[in-house]
Amino acid sequence: MAAFVVRRLLGAILMLFIVSIATFAIFFLVPRLGGATADDLASRYVGKSAGAAQIHQMAEKLGFTDPLPVQYGHFVTGLVAGTDYSTGPTTVHCPAPCFGYSFITQNPVLPDLLDRLPVTLSLAAGGATIWLVFGVATGVLSALRKGTVFDRAAMGVALAGVSLPIFFTGLLSLSIFSYTLGVAAPGNSYTPITENPLLWAYDLILPWFTLAFLYAAGYARLTRAGMLETMNEDFIRTARAKGLPERTVVVKHGLRAALTPIVTIFGLDLGLLLGGAVLTESTYSLPGLGKYAVDAIVNNDLPKVLGVTLIAAFFIVFANLIVDLLYAVIDPRVRVA
Amino acid sequence: MTRRCGIRPRAVLAVAVAAALTIGLCACGARNGSGGGSAAFNAGVGKVYNPSEAKGGTLRMANNGDWDSLDPADTYYAYTWNFARLYGRSLVMFAPAPGADGAKLVPDLATGLGVSSDDAKIWTYKLRGGVKFEDGTPVTSKDVKYAVERSLDKDTFPNGPTYFNDFLDLRGYTSPYHDPTPDKLGLTAIETPDDSTIVFHLLKSFSGFDYFAQLPATIPVPRAKDTGTKYKEHVVSTGPYKFATNELGKSFTLVRNDQWDPKTDPNRKALPDEIDMALNVNADDIDNRLISGDLDVDVVGAGVGPAAQGRILGDQAMKANADSALVARTWYTAINGDVAPLGDVHCRRAVEYATDKVGYQNAYGGPTGGDIATNLLPPVIPGAEKFNPYPAGGDNHGDLAKARDELRQCGQPSGFSTTISYRAERPKEKATAEALQQSLARVGINLTIKPFPTGDYAKLYAGKPDYAKNNGLGLMVYGWGADWPDGFGFLSQIVDSRVIRASGGNTNLGVKDPAVDELVDKAVTTADAAGREKIWVDVDKKVMDDAYILPGIWAKGLLYRPKDLTNVFVSDGFQMYDYLALGVKK
Repeated sequence: MAAFVVRRLLGAILMLFIVSIATFAIFFLVPRLGGATADDLASRYVGKSAGAAQIHQMAEKLGFTDPLPVQYGHFVTGLVAGTDYSTGPTTVHCPAPCFGYSFITQNPVLPDLLDRLPVTLSLAAGGATIWLVFGVATGVLSALRKGTVFDRAAMGVALAGVSLPIFFTGLLSLSIFSYTLGVAAPGNSYTPITENPLLWAYDLILPWFTLAFLYAAGYARLTRAGMLETMNEDFIRTARAKGLPERTVVVKHGLRAALTPIVTIFGLDLGLLLGGAVLTESTYSLPGLGKYAVDAIVNNDLPKVLGVTLIAAFFIVFANLIVDLLYAVIDPRVRVA
Repeated sequence: MTRRCGIRPRAVLAVAVAAALTIGLCACGARNGSGGGSAAFNAGVGKVYNPSEAKGGTLRMANNGDWDSLDPADTYYAYTWNFARLYGRSLVMFAPAPGADGAKLVPDLATGLGVSSDDAKIWTYKLRGGVKFEDGTPVTSKDVKYAVERSLDKDTFPNGPTYFNDFLDLRGYTSPYHDPTPDKLGLTAIETPDDSTIVFHLLKSFSGFDYFAQLPATIPVPRAKDTGTKYKEHVVSTGPYKFATNELGKSFTLVRNDQWDPKTDPNRKALPDEIDMALNVNADDIDNRLISGDLDVDVVGAGVGPAAQGRILGDQAMKANADSALVARTWYTAINGDVAPLGDVHCRRAVEYATDKVGYQNAYGGPTGGDIATNLLPPVIPGAEKFNPYPAGGDNHGDLAKARDELRQCGQPSGFSTTISYRAERPKEKATAEALQQSLARVGINLTIKPFPTGDYAKLYAGKPDYAKNNGLGLMVYGWGADWPDGFGFLSQIVDSRVIRASGGNTNLGVKDPAVDELVDKAVTTADAAGREKIWVDVDKKVMDDAYILPGIWAKGLLYRPKDLTNVFVSDGFQMYDYLALGVKK
């Protein structure tokens, strides 16, 4: 088991390394292959009326005139040993792990990421809880009542949930629950859980349900399919033949077996969300990692993009690792796979 | 066989009940105001809507993006300049007055407008007494000089305009951060003979220097508190408000600055007790919140989005709370003389005549998006004249006979083919390119449409002369807004051929006429304002005669004013609500 964990951890580190190189290459190598010069790249980070000298000065300041491996080396050095940065009148030190300084705001990236992580964590945790409960419950009920009005209605709603984009359901929810009925918080509302847990929940209830509506739909369909398959298995018939109560048959035997693929997908979805729920955060103007990533991409702000990409990759790799470990616990054959 | 399950969905019910309880626990934050004033469409244009002297309350504002910087040296948007006056005092400022009066300059930190030498190369300002920083330190002319000095450092403050870099007699001076003098005031182009006098020495004559003096770069900065790129985290106030909180990229709050003395300031009412700013808020959400009364001002001031626009214009009650104001912006298409056969003025004129102006206007949402433009200078610029050198027929759908005649004169009687570029992320520009493609095809001018990324459009593509020429970009959809409402502020960066840089980043996409340059030089050295305005009109006429620019529309923005907002008016200085005047009902 220890060897398995070590092997997976090394793989995770390698994956993060590859992600960072790929992101770096997309930003710097691809434009250069297209003929862009260091000054062309730097021209994105100067003011509207900048002259050639100012652009070149910025290219040198941002290190664009260095060869690509050297630029990447600077980034890795910052991560491992920290780096110095000029604020104009003084030079400040960015301690390791330094994800670099934003090309646009000239602020260090790591504090930004740490500042926004709780927002994304709050959103993902609440949303995931709701979609898991609603999705699985709906899936189970649909499977057990296959062909009934409930089943058809539930699957219809699930189809709508999968089909409707978050920026539609989100704005609609805000319009109805916040601006018309006045029972939910408006957009751009977030209170840290440490300040006021009740307000934290109040502010996030709409984003949670909006996010959960999308995911719950998928989980309901997945659970329904799994339950339909499981409930026709011989061991269910055996359980019933033994005279077990229906609740025990469904929950302990049926649902438990059907949950295995749900757990796998849940781990990956949660990992993905922890890297930033881009659409939900943008629609509700929540200052999380997803909104941060969008703003960074719009502004071509590489250090920010790199930082948020690495965080997202970390969570996905971490979630994968957990799922792998769970598999290994459940099925020993995986350990030697 | 399926069997009915005996499980009750208790978990589902429990979560639903919990959610409903949580929702019901708190009340929404919309202010319950009683409204006031006589609401009517355009009630805030040219006059004050809901006038009030009542102080107090919190003004709630939001921005769909982030500030470029709160640092006065590093900011370059009309709305940020409008807003900066709340926490900083520049030498002069646009008068907080409705309509055309708002485009007039009045002294702020200075006691009067600048006094110039005969050749308009030396400009002197006297400072008011009694103005203090938020920590109680008196403001002196040296603080203003230091502020301008640091704004020159484009390595540290890349976003701000470069007017002082371009016009001051710098003699190699680059930044106070590289200044060997002990007080870091080594720039000889600015003198401070005493604490209340500041003198600017220019490299070349410039009669409109007062417009430079209204730039946020002249807002004083205390050297002891200057933290370079970090200064934006806590700008030291000289205005009626100071920063209480500032979470970069998220929000900030202004509260009253107790060191601000209204006796030293005839321009500011300072009505609200507090100003809350939310950043990076979804644009549609901002519109919805304005309409619901949950927000007071969209600080960007560009008007509501298409979805809200439809709702507002379709509802008389909501429309009565809206203002449609002309802004100092023209949406136009540049005609590139570097691309054959558009080097011939007659081919360019054929494009002018063949354009369906109604189609152009429709691309921007019809009359709500703006008025059909017949020349370059927007009417909101003082002294601007409307003229129409290329009448597009009685119905504004184009004069095809004249277009064909021009084509014959340029040796292309059956038309020609070229490429039209636009900014990919701008659907209105895409619609413009498509409208032009259709209208010009009527005379045989065939356009191939090519989109480019917005962020790199001026820097790497349309605004880079070699790229535009080598890739045959004959027409380039574009638009321009004035840095400030006068001829220089609008025209200098888009018609003067000497500002075109081979390295790219140009906003002049192809106007190259020595006669135009000559007129620009004449205008900037003309001291008399009326005479200067006349010359800018001549510049406009010459550019139109050259047919380097196809004017599309003079832009309008549909601004929404929630009923609790007081003292609301559109300022011609910024072409949005004047933020110095606004108040709220408590």
